[in-house]
Amino acid sequence: MDSALWALGRVSGIVSLAMLTVTVLLGIVNRSGRPLPAVPRFSVALIHRNISLLATLFLLMHIGSLMLDSYAKLNLVDVFVPFLGSFKPFWQGLGTVAFDLLVAVVLTGLLRHRLGQRTFRAVHWFAYAMWPIALAHSIGNGTNGTERWFLALAAGSVVAVGGALAWRLSSNFLENAKIRQRSLS
Amino acid sequence: MTHMTSQMPVTSQHLGPSGNNRLFAAGSNATLADHERAYGPLPEHCIDATFIGVLEQSGLTGRGGAAFASWRKVSATGQGRDGALLRSRPVVIANGAEGEPLSFKDKTLLLHAPHLVLDGLLVAARSVSASSLYVYTTAVAMPAVEAAIAERRDARRIQVIEAPETFISGQASAVVNAIGGGNALPLDNRRRLSDSGLKGRPTLVLNVETLSHVALIARYGAQWFRSAGSDRDPGTRLVSVSGRGADQVLEVAGDEGLGFVLAHAGIDLSGVQAVLVGGYHGRWVKPLDYRLTPSGPAGQTVRPGAGVLHVLSTGQCGLEATAWIVEYLAGQSARQCGPCVFGLPAMAKVLAAIAGGDRNPKLVGELERLGTLVARRGACHHPDGTLQLIQSALEIFSEDVGAHLTGNCTRMGGRAA
Amino acid sequence: MNKKLHIDWTRCDGRGLCTELLPAVLGRDDWGYPVVRHPRNGDGTNATIGPDEAQAARDAVKLCPKLALVLQA
Repeated sequence: MDSALWALGRVSGIVSLAMLTVTVLLGIVNRSGRPLPAVPRFSVALIHRNISLLATLFLLMHIGSLMLDSYAKLNLVDVFVPFLGSFKPFWQGLGTVAFDLLVAVVLTGLLRHRLGQRTFRAVHWFAYAMWPIALAHSIGNGTNGTERWFLALAAGSVVAVGGALAWRLSSNFLENAKIRQRSLS
Repeated sequence: MTHMTSQMPVTSQHLGPSGNNRLFAAGSNATLADHERAYGPLPEHCIDATFIGVLEQSGLTGRGGAAFASWRKVSATGQGRDGALLRSRPVVIANGAEGEPLSFKDKTLLLHAPHLVLDGLLVAARSVSASSLYVYTTAVAMPAVEAAIAERRDARRIQVIEAPETFISGQASAVVNAIGGGNALPLDNRRRLSDSGLKGRPTLVLNVETLSHVALIARYGAQWFRSAGSDRDPGTRLVSVSGRGADQVLEVAGDEGLGFVLAHAGIDLSGVQAVLVGGYHGRWVKPLDYRLTPSGPAGQTVRPGAGVLHVLSTGQCGLEATAWIVEYLAGQSARQCGPCVFGLPAMAKVLAAIAGGDRNPKLVGELERLGTLVARRGACHHPDGTLQLIQSALEIFSEDVGAHLTGNCTRMGGRAA
Repeated sequence: MNKKLHIDWTRCDGRGLCTELLPAVLGRDDWGYPVVRHPRNGDGTNATIGPDEAQAARDAVKLCPKLALVLQA
């Protein structure tokens, strides 16, 4: 039973991280105002939202299984308050921080129409902090964290997100950037 | 430079000033004593919601540009209170932010007859049972307004708020935004200010000249007000005349002939090519037999807007003048609404090309196409006002457009010739 | 009953989601901002929404990244 929980905890953590990577990439595409090939803009927005919710679900599975696991013995305080854990408190604490940030980003995302654009946007920026923290947690804390295949996956993700971020900061990022710029010059 | 009509008013406390010199009847830089001597005391205690009926009879329209029936505005603000018990008390704002560079009649009014504006504000406030009163104006008029408020006890609760010197700072929702502590930028127009304006309270924004007329109607009645002007445009209005000779403010009867007003201002009509009526959001007209009134057939009347009359002399190029104004207006966009932010500079560029002698025959069509993209697609009137100016220029200066496109304009700096 | 889809221009950034969801109602201008295809009385700010488009309009309101749309009776 314990080994099953342990395995579930690891796998769900990895799946959640992979999904968060995709979510961040889709979020950046979404922000650009551009559609993907054969995927209209509103679908990009919906996929971005749905994958993020799935990632949250897997993350809850990750946390839940490790709370039940007799070896990890994660308690409720560790889930929300970082750096107090008994095992690798720093690396586990990063996971807690990422979880707290994700909860804030997801809740404000779901309540966007009530909170208003300003609050939503301010909190949504934390996604950019959440992702690298989650990645660091997976490498530092994960059983497979330093294995070659995982590091390769992590490196690939960093390249993808880094590339997307560089694009995000480029002057032609917005779909209409060029034509709008020309109108004003 | 200000010039007020020289004839001395015949004033009586019971009859009110006769002739067209109404708003400046107390003279220059009128103190409270001058003001009361000229107009008599304000029957403020007699004013209640029934005054709205008097306002309706008077036929007064807004003098800030839109010429909306003043009684309707007042009534809409007062009415909301009957519906819900918990509705908060209204706010009344005297709007003295002209924004328009060619308009100076509101500044002049606040400098020389501030007590008349304060009277109007108090009357409007009483008729809608308002609890908050503001005067919103630019720095130049603030000392005069503050001094006037300090002179009288009934005006203590009036707050004076400084308006920035931007073109759109006087737009009603921008006024509310600015007084509410934000920037003087227009808001989305989905909600009416009369329902939900400053801090969600019913808000009445009236131009300072409009309020001055309100003050006189409260004293002398609707019939007196209607004794000047015409049935379709009763009362008097202030106009800011510029372009030829010294800038001046005149008070003229409603429905007055444009040529008569210019001649009255001492302008030699033979040197006039066209007149910009209503300011940068107004329209060019020629010849001069138009009548200045907000209502009437389009071919014979022209809406005075905020009362700006700017003369273009025969030697000047109307297209060049318009191109310059449109470039200015594009720069005065609040930078909130996309079609205005990008559409106005695009239109300014095309118009500047035509004015500058570019002979591409497609330019006029492109200007018209851009116009359809700008029309009615903004939170405020700025894009539509700009569009109206451009359309009137293309119409009135159509010969010049042809001359520019063939390189034959003789009026401009010689660049196309 | 027809409804009105109101565009708050002070918020709109022309991201184009609404124009994809309501292609018959909204086009895009040179800069990407929505254009009401059949404006009623020249009103370029409030698009008329028929019963067939009601659901798409509600989706557009929900998905607008700038919360710039309001559906009114």
